[in-house]
Amino acid sequence: MDNASLLESVDARFPDVTLSSHTYRGDATLVLRPESLVQVARFLKEDAALQMNLLVDVTAVDYSAFGKAPARAFFSSSGVAVRPSAQIPDVDPWPGPPSEARYAVVYHFYSTSHKHRLRLVVPVQEDTPEVDSLTSLWPGANWLEREVWDMFGIRFIGHPDLRRILMYEEFEGHALRKDYPVNKRQPLIGPQN
Amino acid sequence: MQNDPSYFGQSEPSYFTSRLDEAIGWARKYSIFQYPFVTACCGMEYMATACSHYDVDRFGAGLPRFSPRQADVLFVVGTISHKMAPIMKRIYDQMADPKWVVAFGVCTCTGGFYDNYATVMGIDTILPVDVYIPGCPPRPEMVLDGLMKLQHKIEMQHTTGERVAPEPRPDIF
Repeated sequence: MDNASLLESVDARFPDVTLSSHTYRGDATLVLRPESLVQVARFLKEDAALQMNLLVDVTAVDYSAFGKAPARAFFSSSGVAVRPSAQIPDVDPWPGPPSEARYAVVYHFYSTSHKHRLRLVVPVQEDTPEVDSLTSLWPGANWLEREVWDMFGIRFIGHPDLRRILMYEEFEGHALRKDYPVNKRQPLIGPQN
Repeated sequence: MQNDPSYFGQSEPSYFTSRLDEAIGWARKYSIFQYPFVTACCGMEYMATACSHYDVDRFGAGLPRFSPRQADVLFVVGTISHKMAPIMKRIYDQMADPKWVVAFGVCTCTGGFYDNYATVMGIDTILPVDVYIPGCPPRPEMVLDGLMKLQHKIEMQHTTGERVAPEPRPDIF
């Protein structure tokens, strides 16, 4: 199934859950209302024409610093400017952040039988960083959601065992949030910073 | 029976004299039993060095021990994260004296290009490091150079445990 008909089939089944949708560089993306995530995901998994049986990845984005400061290149101290060349024509412009919300949780689905992909994006508000868990549909979501919790501090409602997975239990805060200081360290042993 | 000179297959019993420090240092520097604490990509270069092509048996370091209780030198090979640091310290504490530590690769020396929430900025914030081998990863020649520096350090170490400075670089550089 191609991208347009993928988006269309979800739209036809759930007319009022989609905030926006686009196709960027060959990948179809649906931005969903957070409360409709589980029912759309179940439809993607169980519908005979879709059969998204593989949850490839769950990740998140913190847009709080987006557009606020000029992007600084890696190794900027070396004086070497690292930026995309202006000669590359942007024929397929990036559609931008999915919403005004601070976070977005991103799900990548793949169908091993139909060989098609779909990306779901769910906006998450800063004051209630919570999303429904998909562990009831894809058991593999367990560790992926734990990683998002560990790095971004987004809670997954209904997750059976929402613990940190990468950092240690003593770690305070969430390291990939944009307001986590880039130089802050929390060593278990040895000198503090 | 041992008083009988013919027991040694020679007419006269022979002996030599030496300072005890020197004799022990000489013996220790050719029996480096390493514990490779390999956490990252430097491990590949460590394996390349440890294989027969570079023949680290020349330095008596050809037999890695995978128990810290049987090891003399802790080779910390690769990036150490803050989560890993207590485990590395525990391995070090389990080793019997005398013991030495080699920081293998720039990540263990200084943190390397990692400058973030996860990485220890040099294992010398936690362990006493004897030899630093920089490089990302270090070439086998650098590892052998570091190994020879370590040998010199082991040889010169007093039985009291007092350490000496490593061998200075020759003037040809």
